[in-house]
Amino acid sequence: MTIEIHDLSKQFGSFTALNDINLTVNPGELLALLGPSGSGKTTLLRVIAGLETADSGQVLFNEEDSTDKHIRDRHVGFVFQHYALFRNMTIFENVAFGLRVRPRKQRPNAPEINRRVTELLQLVQLDWLADRYPHQLSGGQRQRIALARALAVEPSVLLLDEPFGALDAKVRKELRAWLRKLHDDMHITSIFVTHDQEEALEVADRIVVMNRGRIEQIGTPDEVYEKPANPFVYEFLGHVNLFHGRVHHGHAWIGDLQVDAPEYSEAEDLNAIAYVRPHDLEVDRTLNGEPALAAHIVHILAIGPVVRLELAGKDNQSANSIYAEISKERFRELQLARGDQVFIKPRKLDLFPNHAQNGSIH
Amino acid sequence: MTAVPLLQTSPAPHKAVITQESPWARWTLILLALSFLSLFILLPLLAVFFEALRKGWEVYLAAITEPDALAAIRLTLIAAAIAVPLNLIFGIAAAWAIAKFEFRGKSILTSLIDLPFSVSPVVAGLIYVLIFGLQGWAGPWLREHDLSIIFAVPGIVLATTFVTVPFIARELIPLMEAQGSEEEEAAIILGASGWQTLWYITLPNIKWGLLYGTILCNARAMGEFGAVSVVSGHIRGLTNTLPLYVEILYNEYNFVAAFAVASLLALLALITLVLKTLVEAKVAQQTSRGNHS
Repeated sequence: MTIEIHDLSKQFGSFTALNDINLTVNPGELLALLGPSGSGKTTLLRVIAGLETADSGQVLFNEEDSTDKHIRDRHVGFVFQHYALFRNMTIFENVAFGLRVRPRKQRPNAPEINRRVTELLQLVQLDWLADRYPHQLSGGQRQRIALARALAVEPSVLLLDEPFGALDAKVRKELRAWLRKLHDDMHITSIFVTHDQEEALEVADRIVVMNRGRIEQIGTPDEVYEKPANPFVYEFLGHVNLFHGRVHHGHAWIGDLQVDAPEYSEAEDLNAIAYVRPHDLEVDRTLNGEPALAAHIVHILAIGPVVRLELAGKDNQSANSIYAEISKERFRELQLARGDQVFIKPRKLDLFPNHAQNGSIH
Repeated sequence: MTAVPLLQTSPAPHKAVITQESPWARWTLILLALSFLSLFILLPLLAVFFEALRKGWEVYLAAITEPDALAAIRLTLIAAAIAVPLNLIFGIAAAWAIAKFEFRGKSILTSLIDLPFSVSPVVAGLIYVLIFGLQGWAGPWLREHDLSIIFAVPGIVLATTFVTVPFIARELIPLMEAQGSEEEEAAIILGASGWQTLWYITLPNIKWGLLYGTILCNARAMGEFGAVSVVSGHIRGLTNTLPLYVEILYNEYNFVAAFAVASLLALLALITLVLKTLVEAKVAQQTSRGNHS
């Protein structure tokens, strides 16, 4: 099932939840809608499901306009953040519900329902819980049942609204991997909403980064992480250090540091922001002849294979603390301690014009 | 999830020392509360039964099996049997609309439901007299068609229905709001129709709250005095409900009969109380379970 979304907009009073959204979901892919709260990702999911109606724009299911189609006729499976299991029914009845409410002619007979529900419960590895009630299950179990219930009606699209948001970190990681595997086995077109960038990067085929009702970037996890389209995506996806500098005729200056910036060959003394991932910062005790930024160590977090350094810059290139990640071997080699003076140099950085300070430039 | 108390980890004996008053203060307060309860609630209740049985069982039974008494019982039951189901349907519909949907005029509807609580029952009765009475707006038309509402059974049913409107709706609205509409949304996405959703999802989730509201509604429907008194006309054997009949007997200095009939109402109150307590426990259980699922 291909889902196409054209020029979708929605207002809640004066709040713009969706602002001119255009998006195509390819058949069989697992797409993540990623963004902070209030970015419109859940609204977009609910519009696709038919739980909300958009003010303008279209949602096409296999090139067929579904704007006026009733929720029932859209054949979507929906998994809620808080599971929304039917509390007065057993687990078995929950999963069977979608089959039992069908019109008499389309309804499978009792043994068939029995067989399909058992099959689905086996798929989510919880067939031994069939006679329990939802309140007797753990959060992770409930969410798996919610998924089995959604799959029971053989939907052509699976929509998941923050499916792991209410679970603790360990269960969340397990379910993430499990969902990815399930999707690889079933190949059902799926869209899931999350505010957890790690979750999106780990699970999705493609990620749609949303902010304030708009799409900021669409791409594979690798693309959005390695080549963020704009400062928002940079700051939202993973940790990042921010340096203030200037670009002029194809070169950028951050303090004493000079880097090539060929894409800014036209720029005339422009304020710019440079983004550097913590693992792209080289840390050294000495200058090595090349220009670098001086900083001193404020805090060291040396747990696991990666050592995280919190640094304070000597100059004002960076308003906040600077974070650098180096390997444990490198850390031992340098024999770093709190308060030590070091020099840092980015291996890779991305420049964006600083509109706030350039004033007239839009 | 929110209901989990955070401070429960501190050991109980330790907590007891901090939070409890001295024994002297404790017992004074308990005694005060108990004597208040006995004086204002227990004593009158006992007095009703004491007075009713003062001249023995035979007189008591004769008083409540007299034709006028039986007529009053029948009318009370009829009024409740019509008013309670009407409010059951209206209460579910109103609570469903208010709790599950956003629409213009929602707050007005909510306050309208509360109106019978905030208006004096006498005024409620007078409104009906004003509309349906012989001199009222609809009076001439009713006379032409030989219909009587005021000083007749329909008026009593109307007045009873009016004063009992809030009970079920008020009980259901907070319950349904707390439960949210995710289960209903899930049901509809799974292909259920509106009626199937109501029947399989919504009603089972509110059944104990519904029963609780119905019990209270019924108690009030049978015990209503003010509004019914205005529209009834106090015709013995015809338009007298139990509370009105008690008043008439009392005004005639027929104390034993008055208390005998009153004891029926008191009995109703006691039964209601017991049922209410039982259902309340169920509601609490369901709500806490709801919060965890």
